[in-house]
Amino acid sequence: MNLTIDHILAGISAGGQYALIAIGYTMVYGILRLINFAHGDVFMASGLIIVYLTTAMPLQYAIPVVIIATVFIGFLIERAAYKPLRSAPRMSVMISAIGVSYLIQNLALYITGGLPQTYPAIPWISDSVELFGAVTKRVTVVTPVLTLVLVVALVVLIRYTKIGMAMRAVSKDFETSQLMGIKINKVISTTFIIGSFLAAIGSLLYFSSYQSVTPTSGAMPGLKAFVAAVFGGIGSIPGAVVGAFVIGICENIIKSSTEFSIFSDAFTFALLIIVLCVRPTGIFGEKTTDKV
Amino acid sequence: MSNILEIKNLSVSYGGIEAIKGISFDVEEGKIVTLIGSNGAGKSSTLRSIAGIVKAKHGEVLFEGKNILGMSPDQIVKHGVTLVPEGRHVFPNLTVLENLKIGAYLRKDNIADDLEYVYSLFPRLKERSWQLAGTLSGGEQQMLAVGRALMARPKLVMMDEPSLGLAPIVVQGIFDIIRQINKEGITVLLIEQNANMALKVADSAFVMQTGEITLSGTGAELLANEEVKEAYLGKKK
Repeated sequence: MNLTIDHILAGISAGGQYALIAIGYTMVYGILRLINFAHGDVFMASGLIIVYLTTAMPLQYAIPVVIIATVFIGFLIERAAYKPLRSAPRMSVMISAIGVSYLIQNLALYITGGLPQTYPAIPWISDSVELFGAVTKRVTVVTPVLTLVLVVALVVLIRYTKIGMAMRAVSKDFETSQLMGIKINKVISTTFIIGSFLAAIGSLLYFSSYQSVTPTSGAMPGLKAFVAAVFGGIGSIPGAVVGAFVIGICENIIKSSTEFSIFSDAFTFALLIIVLCVRPTGIFGEKTTDKV
Repeated sequence: MSNILEIKNLSVSYGGIEAIKGISFDVEEGKIVTLIGSNGAGKSSTLRSIAGIVKAKHGEVLFEGKNILGMSPDQIVKHGVTLVPEGRHVFPNLTVLENLKIGAYLRKDNIADDLEYVYSLFPRLKERSWQLAGTLSGGEQQMLAVGRALMARPKLVMMDEPSLGLAPIVVQGIFDIIRQINKEGITVLLIEQNANMALKVADSAFVMQTGEITLSGTGAELLANEEVKEAYLGKKK
């Protein structure tokens, strides 16, 4: 074991990145009971878009443009691939999601020719800083802080605003929500917009630490974020965040050990299996106490 | 008094099976009108198609003279028609107060007076305003569902089986409230299997049977009708 402050910092940072992706999974599941398999690929697409954007415009314009583009992609996927299947069996929507995932990956493969694209270095957050005696990129420190700020903002939005109240209502009962005058399609679109926005931020932070984007770059972080969402209790936002930090930190602790470092991914997926066997509702999963 | 709601030749079918076979009836403004009938007669489908939740095959639903059939549910709420669904369907994960607020979702004006009004009708809800609706008893949930439907300031409230699964004393309370809100000017369209209770409060009533209206009259007339007595009130000739 050569556990250092480096690994802990890297773990917290990875946790923040997973959390930003995991929220998109958990929110969509909360409302549509759908695992949005395309979410990890939206995250990857966001990384690729900025690579191409920075060849055409300076970074300070590329960042807002990529965020808007990612949000638009998320919105468009819902409208084109999920909305027409609103009254179809849940399995059909899930298959549609898998289809969208492959579509995005293959489009990316076509556009990039399969070559890894070098991610632009974002000044300031890519600079090196010294923290507790360890040298790291500033993004490692920025990630968890920004993640927590965004999560708090999201929780406030859901708990205290009218659209947040509508989201909670729609997540329980489509039909009664409609009887209240809520336009459920608008609420669902809002959910996808928020999820994609957070994925775009996550993408900026993640690829700034990893430096290159390939068409399958979204698969692994997407899967791990999904595990985080299940571990925390899918549908629960605090659950997804806690799950993501647990996975990020544990992975990096395992990586610090010379004997076990290659098992860091295996750990994550073993955790998924254990959670599904022992406590399928996850740590914060809701117990169903509805009265009939 | 004029008719606030006119149903003309309304048909609804589910996958080729006709649940409502071209019914017509009117609801006079300021009255309590009830549809009674057994399970599967098409009562709920009638209310759900008026509310825009179920698409009708053909027909017209004139609300204040304007056809609202085919409008989206939110437009229908905006016109002043709300539905208290069967089985209450309060949002269990929202507090009592939030459930009431969501009833006024489309309103942009101040809802403080309306909250006070609903709390005055159901003081129990005020005591529990911070409680999650899922923790309320069945009767309290029914009160909440009715209160929630009033928060939109409707002109017409439709109620789908408000007595379902409730103790007789609670049902009495709910019917007292129905009378009270009606006195204050809201038209009520009520469907019930509890025909006895419904006919006692109703100004006019219709009997539905397998998707058609087979009898109509004032509440008192139908209460005295031999067929109704036998089929719905459990009395032998």
